[in-house]
Parts: sequence; C-alpha cells; structure tokens
Amino acid sequence: MGLELPKYPEMEEDQVFNFTDSEIVSHVKQALASVLSGDNNSYNQLVGVMHHSKHLAPDEVALLETTLKALAGAVSSIDITYHDSLLSAIFCMSMWNYGPHVADALAELIVSLAISNGKYLDLCLGMLVSNFTPPPYFLDKLKMPHGLERKGQVLSRVHAAFKKIADYVPLAPLRLLTIVLQGMPTIYHKDRAIVIYVENMLKLESGEIGELVGSTILMAVVDRLIELDVEIGWDAILQDDFSKGIFEMELEDVDDIEESAEPDVGEFRLSRKSLAGNSIAELLDNLLVLTFEHLESCEREGRLAKVFETLLQSFQVTVLSAYKSKFAQFVMFYACALDPENCGMRFATMLADLFVQDSQPQPTRMSAVSYLASYLSRAKFLAASSISSMLKRLVDWCLEYCEAHDGDINPNAHRVFYSGCQAIMYVLCFRMKVFVDVPRLKSELLIPLEQVLKHKLNPLKVCLPSVVEEFLRQAKAASLFTVCKTFIFDGLLESELSRAFGGLERLDTFFPFDPCLLKKCDSFIRPMFVFWSMVKPTHDDAFDDDDDDDGSSDDYLVQDFVNENEDIMNDEFGKSFDEQGVDMDDFDYALKKMSITPKATSNYKFGGRFQEPARMPSRIRPSTSPESL
Amino acid sequence: MEGLSVADANLLMYLHPSKSRNVSQSILRELGSLPFKFNETFDGVLLAYDVNILDKQAKILSGVHPYFGLRLKANLLLFSPKPDMLLEGKVVKLSQESIHVIVLGFSSAIITAENIHGEFKYRTKDKEELFASKSHKRHVIKVGTMI
Repeated sequence: MGLELPKYPEMEEDQVFNFTDSEIVSHVKQALASVLSGDNNSYNQLVGVMHHSKHLAPDEVALLETTLKALAGAVSSIDITYHDSLLSAIFCMSMWNYGPHVADALAELIVSLAISNGKYLDLCLGMLVSNFTPPPYFLDKLKMPHGLERKGQVLSRVHAAFKKIADYVPLAPLRLLTIVLQGMPTIYHKDRAIVIYVENMLKLESGEIGELVGSTILMAVVDRLIELDVEIGWDAILQDDFSKGIFEMELEDVDDIEESAEPDVGEFRLSRKSLAGNSIAELLDNLLVLTFEHLESCEREGRLAKVFETLLQSFQVTVLSAYKSKFAQFVMFYACALDPENCGMRFATMLADLFVQDSQPQPTRMSAVSYLASYLSRAKFLAASSISSMLKRLVDWCLEYCEAHDGDINPNAHRVFYSGCQAIMYVLCFRMKVFVDVPRLKSELLIPLEQVLKHKLNPLKVCLPSVVEEFLRQAKAASLFTVCKTFIFDGLLESELSRAFGGLERLDTFFPFDPCLLKKCDSFIRPMFVFWSMVKPTHDDAFDDDDDDDGSSDDYLVQDFVNENEDIMNDEFGKSFDEQGVDMDDFDYALKKMSITPKATSNYKFGGRFQEPARMPSRIRPSTSPESL
Repeated sequence: MEGLSVADANLLMYLHPSKSRNVSQSILRELGSLPFKFNETFDGVLLAYDVNILDKQAKILSGVHPYFGLRLKANLLLFSPKPDMLLEGKVVKLSQESIHVIVLGFSSAIITAENIHGEFKYRTKDKEELFASKSHKRHVIKVGTMI
C-alpha cells in the first residue's frame, strides 16, 4: 500500500530533474482541470499526498512541500465542488505535524486560497484558528523544548498569515473575530486546550490586527474567566459547619486533627488545600497568569491605558454583575498596580461613580462600594491622597444621605447607605494611621464621619460587628472620637441587622480583594498587596505600655513565630469572613514552639474577619522592623 | 465610479425596552452594526448614514417583549455593484495568475488571469512584479496602481 508518487512529466525514479515552478504549477492545474472531464487519476494522487502526514521520509516531505507550493500557484483552478476532497484534506492539515518548510508552504497555500475567493475565506480562517491548538498527542509535549520550538514556529506562521490575509481582504478581521469567538474551547474540555487558545487570543490582541479585534477578544477572555470563577463553588473554599466555633479553635480539636491522617477531615477544610486538587481552579490560575503577563506586555508597549478602558467596561458588564466573583477581579487589581496614577484612580473613580448613582440598581451600588472598600484597603500602590479623596467622596455622600433621611434605624430601607458606611469603616481599619498623622484630613474627613456615625440611622449598630468593633477600637486608640454607647459584640462576626442590610446576596460580607487563593496568581499579586498583618493598628501602640508583663515572655517567641510563619500569618489575617482555615502542619509546629496564653486576643480578631485561634498571643510587636505604613 | 449611490430612506427601527433610557445612543448603535455588510433591503452595502428621528412618539408592539418602533429618516450612502459596471480600485497584490484589488478601502476583488486583457503581459522587473502593456511601454500595472 505504498504511496504512488504523482507522475510529474518525464520523471524517472533514479534521476533528478529540475522543473521550473511554472511547469509544476501547470501540471497541477491540469490535474485539477481533468476532474471536470472525469479523469480523476492525477487528482487522486494529489489528494493522496495531502493525506500522507505521519512519519514522512525526507523525499516525501519535499514532495509535500512542492505540491503545496504548486497548489498555491494554482488556486484559481480550484473549484469548491469538484475539488472538495482536496479542499477538505488541506483544511484538515495541522501545521503542528510538520517542520518549518512544509508549514511555510501550507501557510502560503492557505493565504492564497483565502484571498482568491470569498467562498474560501471563512474556511481558511477556520483552518488557521484550529491551528491555535496542537493535536491531542502533542499537548503533553508542549512543555518540552522541542514542543516549545514547534509551538513558536506554528504560531508565528499562523499570526503572520492572519496579517497577510487582512492586508488583501480588509474585512477579514471581522470574520476572524467571529470564528475565534465561536471556536473557543469550553471550560470542560479535558485536554486543557483553552490555555493555549487564550494565549493565541491575547497574541491577536497585541498583534498587528489587534486594533480591530482587540477589545472584543479581551472581553471574551474576561467572560471565560468569570465562567471558570463561577464554577468554583464557595463551598470549595468555605468551611462546612458554620455553627461550631468558627473563630475559636479549641486545642482539643487541634489535637484530634493532628492525629488523624487526612488533612481535611471534619469541619476544618483548608482553603488552599481544598483548592489544590480543583482542576477548574488550576485552569483559572493559569489563565489569570496569562492575562497578567499580557497586561505587563501591554504596559511595556505603552498601550495599557487603552486596554484598561476595555477591561473597565468588561468589569462593569461581566465581573461586577456576577454574583460575588472570587478571583477574576484580580485582573483589574493587577492592571491598576501596573499604572497606579491613571488606571488605579480610574478604577476607584468608576466604582465611586457607580455607588453614588441613584439610577443604578441597589445590588450594583452595594457591590461597587464593596469592591471600592476592598480595593482601597488592599492596594499597596495607591497614594494616600487618592485614598483620602475617595473616602471623602463616600463620607460626603453618606452625610448628604443622612441629612436627607430623617428616619430611624432600618437596615432594609437604607441598604446602600449602610454598605457605604461599612466601606468607610473597613478602609479606615486598614488605613487609619495615614489619616491620624495629617491634621487637615482629620477635620475634613473625620468630623463629617462622626456626624454620620452618630446619626439616628445608627450605622454602628447595623454594619458588620467585626468591622465596627475594630474600627471603634482603632478610633478610640487614635483619640479620634468616642461613642457614648458601648457596643457589645462578643466577638460576633455578623449580626441579624448586618444580615438584613446585606440581603439575600449577603453583600455585607463581600470583600472581593481578600488574599487570592490561587497560588500562581498570588505570587504576582503579593508584592502589591496589603495583608492585614502588615497593618499596624493604632490600638497596638496603646497596649504597648500596659500588659507588659503579661505577654512579654511571648514576644520573642512570637517574633520567631511571625518570622517563620509569615506565610500563614498573611493568609490567616488577610482572609475574609468566608475564607477560613489554618495550615495545619505549620500551625501545629508553631503551637508546640511557643507558650500559649489562654486569653482570647483582641487585636487580631478583626483581621479580615477571621478570628485566629484563641490560643495565639495577644500582640505581635516587630521589634526592629520598620514601620509598615 | 459606478455603483455608488445616495438614497433617502424611511426606516422603522424596533428597539428592546431596555434601550429606552438612551434612545439616540441605541439607534446609533443599531445602525452602527449595518455598514460593510451586504443588506438585502438596500440591495447593496451600506457605507455611511445620517439619521434623524421623525417622531418623538413610538408605538409599542404587543407581545412577550414590548419592543417599540421608531420612525427614522436616513440618508444612506450605498454601494451596489452590478455586472458590467466600471469600478475603481487599488492594486495590492500581483501574480501571474491574478491581480488583487481593494475597492473603496474595504472590498477586495480579484481579476484572474483569464480576465486580464491580452494586452498585458506579466513581467518581473527588479524583483517587482507587474503587468506591462505590450502596446504602450509606459502603461504598467503594479502594486499601488489605481485601476
């Protein structure tokens, strides 16, 4: 069943003849034309050459290359009906199977075919798009050097082909866009083709036809990120059992868990560990990293501002409206970090604008202010002036609201107001120091704030108790103002009133920029992220002089603990109400290392609404490290 | 150039109720999706438009989604080439088999070898491909020529 070589004119097996290109082309044309008269022999031979793709000997490779080149010259003779077997053979070819010369010839053929007739345009573009992803057997080889080389070869030719086609057919990018979007692998594809597909999409965005297709492509990528995000259930991150002492981990339980072999037994699921096996999370992680790297290259090319506009729009349409997006919003965070003055402020302003607009639906406004609060608190790259101007806007709005509404406390009726107040308090918990040091800010911001907090609407009672508690503690320590009523929270995380204003969506406990649980993403985000442990609460200083004897013996050990376990500390304190869990191994080790104070801590109860195990020491005083703010 | 025409059109546009907040923006957006595609109604490709809203009142259709119908008056620039018309375009690629031309900056056209006048012969001069006229030496078609 050998392959019969096409009979090129006067060719004998042992002799090498040099045929001119035009002779070969005319021979191929003849073969094509003969089909119309019923003689399929030479035509079938041609088709045979196309199909023969695996394990090619060098002379077969040369034959294939010659045939492809000849076909490129004969495209005007190809008929869509008579030559459909040839066409389908061509469109099924994958550049990943061949070396550079054949790939070149194939690309040339596809371009010639695409521009020769409108009928072939979609098919050719489709063939090129299908070359975004390698054949299944190749996917594993992608990470190896040979695989990477082949990938570079193929993708450069594919994208160059797009450009060439666009040069001769101006509307081709429009068609390409449709085909690319339709061809996006779903998130359920087992072969993980979506990662390399998105890589290609981003390459299109930064490529020469990027201006025409870029924004739609970016929005499609963000859409896919949200789709993946939504697939990761909150229960993959949350603990199972809420009722049992979420915040206090009894020593006995610790022992129990220590003894059992399985790391995630019982109620204490580990956030990161349980996400570790989650393949969707891994996929999302990879895609987010791709996006971050793309943003970095945009920034280097000076295009970030333009790209950011698209991202902003996409955020409003997709991310903001998704129910409690978990990680996709970090794309915005990273983009802002790359350009804090423009993009960073633009993002904050957009969120504030959404919040104050009466015409926006309530959940949108509440979501927007939650994003704003979390962003202002966690963005290390934001200037104090930016934060203060945003806060002022929020405070002014809340004050206006108070003056316009004379009613009593009513969580349902004033949801937007309460979420605004909570946002302000949350940001101040993280950023109090900055404002304490500047007297002007004190009067501009804190006096109206005091009016708001002491109003009949009573936000201090309605907002999330842990936030309020921490805020009041810090405010008192900084001697900003004091409240006459005492609020007894008993270390409550949430209350009925907070649940009421949060509504069904529980927007009272939505802190979107809490530490990212995706490993690879986190390594990108970390340098520009404010962890709660980095914040030195104002009341820390106040306690310095008292309680000296009480915990001093712990301090050194505590410092060691901090140094050695900074990782989990950051994780722990930065986590939101919804994310809990302690890395068991490290924690056990730490416990054994130091002496345990029995009293419940006060300082770190707040830390992102996760109260770390009651056994932790009451304060951590970095002895020689510099001011964190 | 033949094939280009300006037309006055009375249009009736149906908008989804969600678009009622900003009607003019929605109209422009809808019309913005029309150009550069062949349109059966216009029997040609829409190139440009200028639109005016005739009536501030619009009829709401009964049905599952209460779309409302807006009457518009538009000035349309259409391109509807027919066989045997003379068109003008810029050459972007030449080969022995074909000449590729772009008309009006958006439409690509091909003249295959059979359709190229016998007067022109394919030549390669200084690595540049061109079609030269046999009768007039200076008459040359190459990349960038308007034909």
